[in-house]
Amino acid sequence: MHDKTLAELARSLEAGEFSSRELTQHLLGRIDRLDGKLNSFITVTYDQALAAADAADKARAAGEADLLTGLPLALKDIFCTQDIKTTAGSRMLDNFISPYDATVVEKLKAAGTVSLGKTNMDEFAMGSSNENSHYGAVKNPWDLTAVPGGSSGGSAAAVAAGLVPAAIGTDTGGSIRQPAAFCGITGLKPTYGRVSRYGMIAYASSLDQAGPMARSAEDCALLLGAMAGHDLRDSTCVARGVPDYTEELDTPLAGLKIGLPREYFGDGLDPQVEAAVRDAIKVYESLGASVREVSLPHTHYAIPAYYVIAPAEASSNLSRYDGVRFGHRCANPADLIDLYKRSRAEGFGDEVKRRILIGTHTLSEGFFDAYYKKAQQVRRLIRQDFLDAFEEVDVLMGPASPTPAFDLGAKKDPVSMYLQDIYTIAINLAGIPGMSVPAGFAGSRPIGLQILGSHFTEARLLNVAHQFQQATDWHRQRPAFAEENA
Amino acid sequence: MQWETVIGLEVHVQLATRSKIFSGASTAFGAEPNTQACAVDLGLPGVLPVLNEAAVAMAVEFGLAIHAEIPEVSVFDRKNYFYPDLPKGYQTSQMYQPIVGAGVVEITLEDGTTKPIRVHHAHLEEDAGKSLHEDFHGMTGVDLNRAGTPLLEIVSEPDMRSAKEAAAYLKAIHSIVTYLGISDGNMAEGSMRCDVNVSVRPKGQETFGTRAEIKNVNSFRFVERAIAFEVERQIELLEEGGKVVQETRLFDPERDETRSMRTKEEANDYRYFPCPDLLPVVLDKAYIDHLRDNLPELPAEKRARFENELGLSAYDASVLSATREMADYFDEVKDVCGDAKQAANWVQGELSGALNREGLAIKDSPVSARQLGELVARIIDGTINGKAAKQVFQALWNGQGSRADDVIEAQGLKQVTDTGAIETMIDQVIADSPAQVAQYRDAEPDKRGKMIGYFVGQVMKASRGTANPQQVNQLLKQKLDALC
Repeated sequence: MHDKTLAELARSLEAGEFSSRELTQHLLGRIDRLDGKLNSFITVTYDQALAAADAADKARAAGEADLLTGLPLALKDIFCTQDIKTTAGSRMLDNFISPYDATVVEKLKAAGTVSLGKTNMDEFAMGSSNENSHYGAVKNPWDLTAVPGGSSGGSAAAVAAGLVPAAIGTDTGGSIRQPAAFCGITGLKPTYGRVSRYGMIAYASSLDQAGPMARSAEDCALLLGAMAGHDLRDSTCVARGVPDYTEELDTPLAGLKIGLPREYFGDGLDPQVEAAVRDAIKVYESLGASVREVSLPHTHYAIPAYYVIAPAEASSNLSRYDGVRFGHRCANPADLIDLYKRSRAEGFGDEVKRRILIGTHTLSEGFFDAYYKKAQQVRRLIRQDFLDAFEEVDVLMGPASPTPAFDLGAKKDPVSMYLQDIYTIAINLAGIPGMSVPAGFAGSRPIGLQILGSHFTEARLLNVAHQFQQATDWHRQRPAFAEENA
Repeated sequence: MQWETVIGLEVHVQLATRSKIFSGASTAFGAEPNTQACAVDLGLPGVLPVLNEAAVAMAVEFGLAIHAEIPEVSVFDRKNYFYPDLPKGYQTSQMYQPIVGAGVVEITLEDGTTKPIRVHHAHLEEDAGKSLHEDFHGMTGVDLNRAGTPLLEIVSEPDMRSAKEAAAYLKAIHSIVTYLGISDGNMAEGSMRCDVNVSVRPKGQETFGTRAEIKNVNSFRFVERAIAFEVERQIELLEEGGKVVQETRLFDPERDETRSMRTKEEANDYRYFPCPDLLPVVLDKAYIDHLRDNLPELPAEKRARFENELGLSAYDASVLSATREMADYFDEVKDVCGDAKQAANWVQGELSGALNREGLAIKDSPVSARQLGELVARIIDGTINGKAAKQVFQALWNGQGSRADDVIEAQGLKQVTDTGAIETMIDQVIADSPAQVAQYRDAEPDKRGKMIGYFVGQVMKASRGTANPQQVNQLLKQKLDALC
């Protein structure tokens, strides 16, 4: 049961092989038994999950089941959930219970899905290893000494370990794609504006985007269909119809033009990762695609530009955590300034503080033009690089991450951690969609192939990923951890 | 030394939208604390702003009213600072690309002269909540009902040269926003507040002196008093060899003085940057044209029309156009009675007198414009005379009858114009007043004019005020002179 994809589970539920309650109970049991070793969940919502499963079974009995009715999933703890704690992985929000549901949560509920709980993450989505969580690091189910990636590390690990068939993550600079690559699952970061950000705790507003993390491209297609769409509560969410993302999955790839960005295969790329990615490209060629090299000349500016823009927005977005209305408040503040200083000093972790400091500095008088404005100019150039490339090719392919999952505690220096996102970060700056698809292993650790498309081409990306998964079985590999302990 | 005062004003006008600028919560004033603050106003994690289109329309209307350029694109920026009544830790405002560009407001001074005051720009922003320091036993309470109320901040050039000009400018802004109906203009409730920038310089000097900013002055009177104090303080300081420091000051109306709040060195670095949660506001020409076509007549245009088209005096025109309520009332009286001068006389005379006596605003007048217009019409067409008209007005004011005609009918006030009937009354009065007739006859012809008043009074009394006074006068003169 815990091995199946959403699409397979949907067929089983429809065929009456088991009920949503049985499936939910089975998975909750696995979480109980296995998650102590992984730490992928911050909050497990047993009662709400079973109640939702019962409601789904009832709907099915009444002939009112939809495609996703009764299917379990998990939510990154960055989505506000009514009456359920929402922490963003931070001590600051350890006591925060949202009075409302995020739009994504509302939509998934309306689609009949059953949330098992809230998954672990880097604090306020700032990190690439899930080691920056107030609730402790998450382990990679493929190798418990490795990180699962971040910031959606809990979501990726839970799906890989067979605790839940799918999870929702968010991606600001690679936070869906990199953990999906590290944990051997399929993840999609949609076009900026495709999915509502309302109720998603903001890290960097102009880059944040929610997306599905699952065991197949088909499952991502099913989930994206339920999550996407216009939302009057988010001005940056685009008023554009939501297609049936499963419709194009089976379109043959003959004639597909693939571009390989020269800059994505340079220094610092692990040879095993490169080999796996090149093998995957060969698979595409065998499916009738043509491949050519392209250039994204401003790639090397992506990380510096990102680390100006994202911290600038974050420094402002995180100002509301001041100990006045909600969240952590220090004990016995002497006065207002003391309340602010100690509440924030105690409530935020080191990486969050680091980015608030960077952002505060880059926005300050005398530095704004040199940093923020310049970074926005660079951002436009990076976007233009992609638009130019998509004049020539349909999709771009490359590695999702320069290395496979690294060891827990291996990256002590923040800059070496930032460099992890070298292949993912530009995509957020450009606002285009990107996927990571399992494409091999380096020893026991998975490798992800990244597939990129121009704005609002999710259906095409999912088709390209799905066809690969029809021709390979990397996405069907399960870690021993999931089986041994079953 | 002769000093010149230089004043610039930043006026914050609360826009009269039903809901807040970035949320659906109500903007009504006076509710229980924190009952009109939704998740967005509270700045809860995950919430996002959505711009209220009504606030945009109102800002553009203001811009059009002051003949300002309306840029095609305007952008919201975040102004970052920590304060307990600022829930998000930033105020959403417009720093670099405001919605209203440069414009001009014409002010009228007490001697009737006008002066143009340039407006640098006007921008939209959200109001903060309120910190309450009383009743919390050494703690501070925060009320976020006001948080997110739309404000239009109107920033003038330093074009004013006296406290009186500053007050006149503020009144002109008040008049424009209330005419447009984009604000209730209620200063007591904080719907209009202003920051005053004041500096002095030796007369004839080109460069400006160092300015002080006086924050949050909330009445026309306080603006004048705060400036008067501040100008005196700065001149005294300079004449004693001191220097004015650039600082923010607070006006204390109780002690009638300004006090230093913070100097430039202590000022916040607000770290403005474009708000990534809001799209740039793009206004197309059709939208702006539509708003322009639907603008109401504004105070300056109204004054000009009253003076030029209706032939009112400059004074009458300015009094009657001072507020939209007054102007609308006058316009209706004039339309109903058909005579602008009579309408002006009655609105400024009998009506304003009665309103002042009872302390009523014109919108609360017991006599409606239609009622007054119908009454004046009856004077014009000769149905009643002026004396009877005052009686009718009093009756309408007291609610004795709903239309002038009904009152005239019920109280028998219709003017007697029948020459025969008037002659009969005159004959009777002459017959009853032999002594006065004798006096009249014996008087020098040039003294007789004054003496006729007695007879007129008697005839009017006999007619219970309804005889046509001109006819009475004329007939009396004929009859008395015939006796001489």
